[in-house]
Amino acid sequence: MKWRYFRQGLFFGMVRLSALIITLVLLGIIAFLFYNGIRAVTWDFLTLPPTDSMTKGGIMPAIVGTLYLTVGAIVVALPLGVVSAIYLTEYAKQGRFMRIIRIGVNCLAGVPSVVFGLFGLGFFVVFLKFGSSILAGALTLGILILPTIIGAAEEALKAVPQTFREASLALGVSKWRTISRIVLPSALPGILTGAILGVGRAAGETAPIMFTAAAFFTAALPKSIFDEVMALPYHIYVLATAGTHIEQTRPLQYGTALVLIALVLGIDLFAIIMRSRVRRKKRW
Amino acid sequence: MTNAKQPLTRRVREIMIRKLFAFFAFLSVLLLGLIVLFLFREGLPLFKQISVSQFLFGSAWYPTYDPPEYGIWPLIVGSLIVTMFACLIAVPFGILSAIYISEIAPARIKEILKSVIELLAGLPSVVLGFFGMVIVAPWLQETFDLPTGLNIVNASLMLAVMAIPTISSISEDALYAVPREFKEAAYALGATKYETIVKVAIPAAFSGISTAVILGMARAIGETMVVLMVAGGAAAIPRGIFDSVRPMTASIAAEMGEAPFQSGHYHALFATGIVLFLITLAFNLIADHISTKYREEGSGTL
Repeated sequence: MKWRYFRQGLFFGMVRLSALIITLVLLGIIAFLFYNGIRAVTWDFLTLPPTDSMTKGGIMPAIVGTLYLTVGAIVVALPLGVVSAIYLTEYAKQGRFMRIIRIGVNCLAGVPSVVFGLFGLGFFVVFLKFGSSILAGALTLGILILPTIIGAAEEALKAVPQTFREASLALGVSKWRTISRIVLPSALPGILTGAILGVGRAAGETAPIMFTAAAFFTAALPKSIFDEVMALPYHIYVLATAGTHIEQTRPLQYGTALVLIALVLGIDLFAIIMRSRVRRKKRW
Repeated sequence: MTNAKQPLTRRVREIMIRKLFAFFAFLSVLLLGLIVLFLFREGLPLFKQISVSQFLFGSAWYPTYDPPEYGIWPLIVGSLIVTMFACLIAVPFGILSAIYISEIAPARIKEILKSVIELLAGLPSVVLGFFGMVIVAPWLQETFDLPTGLNIVNASLMLAVMAIPTISSISEDALYAVPREFKEAAYALGATKYETIVKVAIPAAFSGISTAVILGMARAIGETMVVLMVAGGAAAIPRGIFDSVRPMTASIAAEMGEAPFQSGHYHALFATGIVLFLITLAFNLIADHISTKYREEGSGTL
């Protein structure tokens, strides 16, 4: 009898310890980057371009570039994702067609990010002749986050009670009107949360933009969507691995990493808090 | 309410919308097809120069030598080794934390931990790679007196951090879906909470947990920036866990910038992408198969 409870205590201890270690790993990484990066992050760092062959100065072009790429990605992925999710939850019947789409979305979600990069290079950059550009990068990132958006939008649509749809249809409202006037507005907060998580994902990705959009260094800000841009994740990679001044530019690397995780985790945290509020405030 | 009574324009519009939406939903499948098409378009020309088995099992990766050698066996081994070690770490942590979240933790801690897992999943891989370079590498080098801290152990540790959230969140969903009655029945028979979890909840959620592990492995094998920055980059079969490796993803990411357009090297990197794509596709299809086949875990199935 005692052994049974001892074993339980031991197991629970292990389970708690693993949860604790995971939390400490996250906090440790954040704290470490914060501690080392905060000194580098000044107003000038955020608002000036790099100088002296990237050993001094700021990261403003990389911030702007990441902004363009993520906004572009979400402009591509959000409409497509929402429409796909509407089809899957509201229109599609269980059957082979739906099964194929389901497998397609799951497999797309599992494609490694570097393979998206290769695809973007082969299709957008070379075949469609966009060159290495914001357009090619944003489209590649958009496809990358599409499954995330579809998943989140589906979940939000499924959470709208069936009675809403039935009440509307019973009043003689057409199916499309029911969806656009009743179902979508109710699901909107959930869909937006998913979109924000997608933005966070897109902002932090490096491999898909390495061959499709990211530039080592640009002197000026991009003028059109056919220009190359600097991007925060790629900038970290470049500073930390390439060139002859790796040790000298450490503070810049820490600063850039801090800006990137502040941006990405800030976006994620915002989405998480918003989601739990939406769930609590539900009127149904 | 029959369709016949609706005005014609409205019916036409409804049908058009349905067809249009079906097309956009199908776009994900088309995109997947397009990815395959373009990987093959840019990768297959390599096999005019060398055979598939020379490519897959050749032990020398010297793409810039003259004559070049495009054997990716060391890269495949590198990918598999870091993935395996990462999973050795990530699987226990992922599953145990899922058990804690779904079965044991009080509501408040549960909320916090779920957010922690989600934030961990959101950590950009380049940041983890950077962390591995500046913290883990020097530490490993000093502690074990190594020539370099950029090696299999470092890459596996960082990859584990990336795989834990995948494994944890999918396992947790699976455990959460186990019907209450199962656990209540176990309690009613006098089982302790531990016995209920290990002998009832985990077996009932087993298919979901296996899916989680497979998807975690797929995540690890496809991860690029971490292995690019901390695996060391040596394209040779490693002899110990402190040796450097060059996984497939790292090789693609590192060399694509320098490979001349449409050269043998360029095609070889795309062909490596095909191999990587097929491996992760297989993982995903297996996971999909398991989760569909065993989805009906209702009260009637046991």
